[in-house]
Amino acid sequence: MAGLTGRFSTVVKAKISKLLDRAEDPSETLEYSYQKQMELLQNVKKGLADVVTAKKRLQLQSQKLEQQVVKLDTQARQALAAGNEDLARTALERKSAVQGELQGLDTQVAELEGQQQSMTDNQAKLQAKIEAFRSKKEVIKAQYSAAEAQVRISEAATGVGEEMADVGLAMQRALDKTENMRARAQAVDELEQAGAFEDLTQLGGGEDDIDRQLRQLSSGTQVDSELAKMKAELAAGGQSAGELGSGGDQPGAGEGQSA
Amino acid sequence: MIVRIATEGQYRLDDDVLERVNALDNDVVAAVEAGDEARFAELFAQLIALIRVEGAPVPEDELHGSDVIVPPPDTSFDEARSEFTGDGLIPD
Repeated sequence: MAGLTGRFSTVVKAKISKLLDRAEDPSETLEYSYQKQMELLQNVKKGLADVVTAKKRLQLQSQKLEQQVVKLDTQARQALAAGNEDLARTALERKSAVQGELQGLDTQVAELEGQQQSMTDNQAKLQAKIEAFRSKKEVIKAQYSAAEAQVRISEAATGVGEEMADVGLAMQRALDKTENMRARAQAVDELEQAGAFEDLTQLGGGEDDIDRQLRQLSSGTQVDSELAKMKAELAAGGQSAGELGSGGDQPGAGEGQSA
Repeated sequence: MIVRIATEGQYRLDDDVLERVNALDNDVVAAVEAGDEARFAELFAQLIALIRVEGAPVPEDELHGSDVIVPPPDTSFDEARSEFTGDGLIPD
């Protein structure tokens, strides 16, 4: 085997083998560890439920943030129409921060979607392997001498054992990721509660801590160009109040598109 | 030869492909040791892709131990590094 395995894979294989070696005779262990296999399957199911819950929560947050983007955009237009450029700028800075947050959420939802899929696949695969082991064992016993059967059953058991160790690893990684995302969702909730995404009409003249943070988060040039675009649209659109609620990205306006 | 991509599944590979896997694996380790995150990401993605493309998935009802086990496809640079210095992906 020398030279056949690279070092990275060698390290990983050695560790999984170590997990398997803890069972002295894998076939015996598997024979009597039906309970252990079922526990693992139960854990996978529970883990799957955790992932789905985390995903739903992120999706809910994502919807809320999308509403915030629309609202802040409208408020920026209203502020600009009323001649309050500072307020419009603040609204756009907040919008930019919310959009950044939104992008992060979307990426995470997609990632959880992937986790959910692979855990579902893993669960099915493990079940199939366990079933295969159960039936194969009987066939082997019937076909081979006791000594030969022992070797073959042991080999098959190693296959199942490795699968179990691997599913355990996959589940641990999925849950770790879900935990990280839960922490992030919590942080967004807290930011929201702290007023980061609050109604701008409550803003006074002064700048609070959150404002300064948001200013750092948001890209200044993006806000500047968006502000300029809004001004141009306002000038062209005759400042009709009815148009204030519409989004800022429709191509119809035509103004402010040049680089 | 049977290669497992950890957390994903087993593939059957021809020996010549396994040699390429082996070479890439060593390059990945070299990139980790050099602290080159971009190169690690690129080479590790190549390693995983090579196994997926050239390997034939082992059917679900077949039971074998793997000859080679490569780390999970989503292994981060930090995880790869700690694999050689600390507990790594699977704590002892």
